[in-house]
Amino acid sequence: MTAGGTSAPRNRLAVAGARSTTEAMLRAQPRGDVIRNTIFAGLLLLSVAIALAGLLALLIQAFAKGSSALSLDLITNPPSTAFPEKAGYRPAIIGSLELIAGVLLFIVPVGIGAAIYLEEYADGSRWWNRLIEVNIQNLAAVPSIIYGILGLAFIVRGPLNLGFIVAAGSLTLALLVLPMVIIASREALRAVPDSIRQGSLALGATQWQTIRTQVLPASIPGIATGVILAVSRAIGETAPLLLVGATVFVTFDPTPFGTDGYSAMPVQIFNYALRPQEEFQALAAAGIIVMLVVLLAMNSFAIWLRNRYEQRW
Amino acid sequence: MKPAGGPPGRLQAQSKRYGERLIKWLLASCAVLSVLTTTAIVISLIGPTIGFFEIVPADEFFFGIDWTPQFEPPSFGVLSVVAGTLNVTLWGMLFAIPIGLGSAIYLSEYATPRVRKTIKPALEVLAGIPTVAIGFFAVSFILPEIIVPLWPGEFLGGAEGKPFLALAAGLGIGLMVVPIIASISEDAMSAVPRGLHEGAYALGATKAKVAIRVIFPAALSGIVASIVLAISRAVGETMIVVLAAGSTPKFTLNPVESIQAMTSYIATTATGDISTGSVDYKSVFAVGTVLFVLTLIMNVVSIRLVRRFREVYE
Repeated sequence: MTAGGTSAPRNRLAVAGARSTTEAMLRAQPRGDVIRNTIFAGLLLLSVAIALAGLLALLIQAFAKGSSALSLDLITNPPSTAFPEKAGYRPAIIGSLELIAGVLLFIVPVGIGAAIYLEEYADGSRWWNRLIEVNIQNLAAVPSIIYGILGLAFIVRGPLNLGFIVAAGSLTLALLVLPMVIIASREALRAVPDSIRQGSLALGATQWQTIRTQVLPASIPGIATGVILAVSRAIGETAPLLLVGATVFVTFDPTPFGTDGYSAMPVQIFNYALRPQEEFQALAAAGIIVMLVVLLAMNSFAIWLRNRYEQRW
Repeated sequence: MKPAGGPPGRLQAQSKRYGERLIKWLLASCAVLSVLTTTAIVISLIGPTIGFFEIVPADEFFFGIDWTPQFEPPSFGVLSVVAGTLNVTLWGMLFAIPIGLGSAIYLSEYATPRVRKTIKPALEVLAGIPTVAIGFFAVSFILPEIIVPLWPGEFLGGAEGKPFLALAAGLGIGLMVVPIIASISEDAMSAVPRGLHEGAYALGATKAKVAIRVIFPAALSGIVASIVLAISRAVGETMIVVLAAGSTPKFTLNPVESIQAMTSYIATTATGDISTGSVDYKSVFAVGTVLFVLTLIMNVVSIRLVRRFREVYE
């Protein structure tokens, strides 16, 4: 018999002994700790479950209430108080599309321009650049109804004096979501490594050439994601539009500069929701479904875009 | 050809590059526009607010508890609508803070990567739902299906048969801000260095103890920032309170009353056809100023706190 033969079982015995001793010491958590641990984990799960249940209930309720009103009429017909079963969202959808077109025309150049300035040109130690930065962070959290007041006093009346037209609503919404675009675009620009810029500058490109041909193309997916998220926020925003003239009952197709009034999707939903009759409640819920489907599609596209084109440097 | 001037190899642009400078100034003006927006907000609020105080005495506005602009004589006691906002915010936060923080701790400490990957997008979806949809949900589901059957506080008054309740709007707002609290707090908790977790585990702490006694205090500034930001959102929220809380100004924190918040006064008064010079028109701006100042203070506090936790751990 070799020495190894006797030592193997002995080793095993020793290991098993050591393990059981260690386990006995470590496993002997006080019963109170075990119970408290379980309760705590249970409470955490419960809170996540409540949050998700709220989301689910919201979606299910919209479908349950609105499915009876879901038809093509919803998109093609104007609102009507006399025939709620035939009423729809046509002017509101057209109004929303025009509003969003205006928002895009404004936020894409201005938002990206501001982001480029702050990331590529601005000297962060200067007080005026820090002021701009803090200011943008603050603007991002100003209540939307305050933008409505701004729109009413400054854009519809006052200095710009545009009147209650779609373009005034566009400008108000654009100012509201501009900070979102700037913040997202800055993050996208910041993600481009400095070596790219230095390489381009070393080859004799000017700063603007570097930005235009190297930095911007590399950050477009991130910027596009930010723009899409900003637009989806603008689509759902209701409160400021109430102040800048999105009158709730428009039965004709609005034009961008028409002074006869305009409507928007969320404003029309709000109007239907205020009416107690079943038919209008169903219309409101159906409108919410349409809006949620559009927003969900946009947000999923934004996330897909981010994941698909995100560059790893 | 001109003879080359100066020492060879000097690194100076040959032209003045006016185009480059022009572009820089154009871009800078885009950034300055944001400052102009703030200035425009302040200007458009201040003018009519001063006009308002020429008609209504400041002490009536700031200390009065009756908001009855339509009566003769009218009374403008802003505390009434401030109380309405506080009422809704209070009940919303009582719901959102535990749910949001619980979700944040679960996501950062307990969830497996796969679970996280499903729950986080779901919370993002919740954050992206328009508030008019949440308001509709609050008034047509939370109120009749949850509050009315489950309301325990009969001593405060019954919930049944009332078309609007501060509590319904509060819960709707709570649902709206849960994702804000959860995501910012989770960021703060994830920023706590691994070493702190492992040190605590090595000393024999249980998972719950690590979460409560180590991670929570270390991430506190971020957590407080998320709550302050959520409160600021709740105070500024309009559509949920317009739809679910009603429009009867009342100086009360009772959740089973119909109330009017600052935002809903603005939204229901300043619609299109209001005449520019009237007291009502100016009162909208006075209330707007109060709202703006309140939310501004909270935003500044929250931005500072967020910056603090970033400085410590990044």
